[in-house]
Amino acid sequence: MAELLAKRNRQHFNVRRLPGFTTIATFCLIALYLPLILVVFFSFNADRSVTVFSHFGLNWYEEAARNTFVQNATWLSLKLAFFSTVVATTCATMAGLATTRQKPFRGQSVVYGIINQPLMIPEIVTAVALLTFFGAIKQATQVYGFGYLLTAHIVFCIPFAYMPIRARLQDMDLTLEHAAADLYASPWQAFKRVTLPIMIPGIIAGAMLSFVISFDDVIISMLVAGPGETTLPVWMIGQLRRGLTPQINAVSTVLLAVTFLVVWMVFVLTTRKK
Amino acid sequence: MAEIGQSGSRASTLIGIGAKAAIEAEKRELKTRWLLVSPAIVIICLAGFLPLTIILFYSFMSPGPYAGVSFEPTFRAWIFLILEEDLFEETLGLNYAHISIFSRSIGLALGTTILTLIIGFPTAYFIATRPIRQRNFWLFMISLPFWSNLLVRTFAIMMFIREQGFVNHVLLYLGVIDKPLSIMFTPTAVWIGLVYAYLPLMVMPLYASMEKLDFRLIEAAYDLYASRWKVLQKVIIPLVKPGIVAGSILVFIPSIGAYVTPKILGGGKSLMLGNLISNQFGTSRDWPMGSALALFLMAMVMVALIIYVRNESRNNPGG
Repeated sequence: MAELLAKRNRQHFNVRRLPGFTTIATFCLIALYLPLILVVFFSFNADRSVTVFSHFGLNWYEEAARNTFVQNATWLSLKLAFFSTVVATTCATMAGLATTRQKPFRGQSVVYGIINQPLMIPEIVTAVALLTFFGAIKQATQVYGFGYLLTAHIVFCIPFAYMPIRARLQDMDLTLEHAAADLYASPWQAFKRVTLPIMIPGIIAGAMLSFVISFDDVIISMLVAGPGETTLPVWMIGQLRRGLTPQINAVSTVLLAVTFLVVWMVFVLTTRKK
Repeated sequence: MAEIGQSGSRASTLIGIGAKAAIEAEKRELKTRWLLVSPAIVIICLAGFLPLTIILFYSFMSPGPYAGVSFEPTFRAWIFLILEEDLFEETLGLNYAHISIFSRSIGLALGTTILTLIIGFPTAYFIATRPIRQRNFWLFMISLPFWSNLLVRTFAIMMFIREQGFVNHVLLYLGVIDKPLSIMFTPTAVWIGLVYAYLPLMVMPLYASMEKLDFRLIEAAYDLYASRWKVLQKVIIPLVKPGIVAGSILVFIPSIGAYVTPKILGGGKSLMLGNLISNQFGTSRDWPMGSALALFLMAMVMVALIIYVRNESRNNPGG
């Protein structure tokens, strides 16, 4: 009888629940997604309006795809994201190998601090610092070009690539490597056959994150870019200051779709059972 | 000495020669490890730290005639950070333009922190009390917008709150208001934009500390006739305090350095520190002042980071 009473009591009173919290959490989720959903929704508006939906049409996507500014900006953004991802992920993988699996070496915490430096400095500060720094180099050497923007992107991509790689290596079982060594595998063979396959998901996750971070960057690209170097986000911020057409909605929707897809893949890769 | 790399187990079997070989091996391994970290370190030192030392140097120079700097050392930029020279009387007074931007930046950053805490706390608690499967779903949903382009999110919130936007349409339709609210280009718009952008950064660390919450303690408090408010105030909040501190700092740091959000939502009268800095390198052409302002912002962020690191190390010793 007492048991039954306790059971009934628990149904009425759940210690984990606090009044109003469910409502706020639901509100929070809706508030996060509703504005984004509306952006996507109006990108399919056949009409010019971004407030009144007339009927469905893909004409704004066509228009964006035909726009040479969008084409050039997309191409530059893709090129930039690709090369900075390749370099940043390579550096991050090497650094990840050196800073995990064995006992920490002297100065390792300093190394860790240096790698995370780009995350700790406000982006606007990095941007103006690079602007003046590159300005001085350009004046001294008269060398211009894509390399400056690329270098700037590599720097802030390294910590994003490093984080998942390090996490993956830290969870790794060391006995596998020792077993390989005991079976007379050379260090290189052990690395290629044992370590590398295990760390691949971490490397892919790191590469994807750095691609997204580079592709989405606004502030640094805006200030560091030379003449004619307009990335897609920089083009967008310029458009926002002019009139609003659903063309921006269409471009935004594509950006959202790409990011969500990539982040979902990273999520799957990093949470999958090892 | 039990574990010195891969050759360690074999090398140590030959005691005597083994010890020497082991030291050699350890040295070699250390060299390899430094070689492996060097590309990342070199790139970040050259293009991360070096530019900062250059703006430190520039902040003590005079502005150049058109842009850039002329190399005459002066404290001008640092003095005029908060002071202003009266052109006619040649006396120093407070630089109200700068001070109002500083206080707006700090105010908006604090306001963002508080509002994200008010929304984020119940949300994180709600997620932490879901069954495990649902928890991952919720966490994924909350963190997903954070990875999407900040510009796209700012654009989305702009469409949402502008005069012909969704909020005004709904409120007019419901009859709550009879003429549209104009929030755009005010500090309120920037505030909403910052809260929208950085809310996930509050929920994540809060959730991390609430996940570890021992609900038996809450049960015990109820058994001792504590009211819900008392339980929240005396049990839950003290236990999740590290999460509150971590979340607050993670939101405060990007808010104080915000650039895109105030630029798009704020307009000319709601500038923040980030915009002031970039203006010095653009229209104002005062690079030393821009450098000094950038370092000032960096100093504020560093203070917040130090508090964050102390909070983290106090609560996860060794981790």
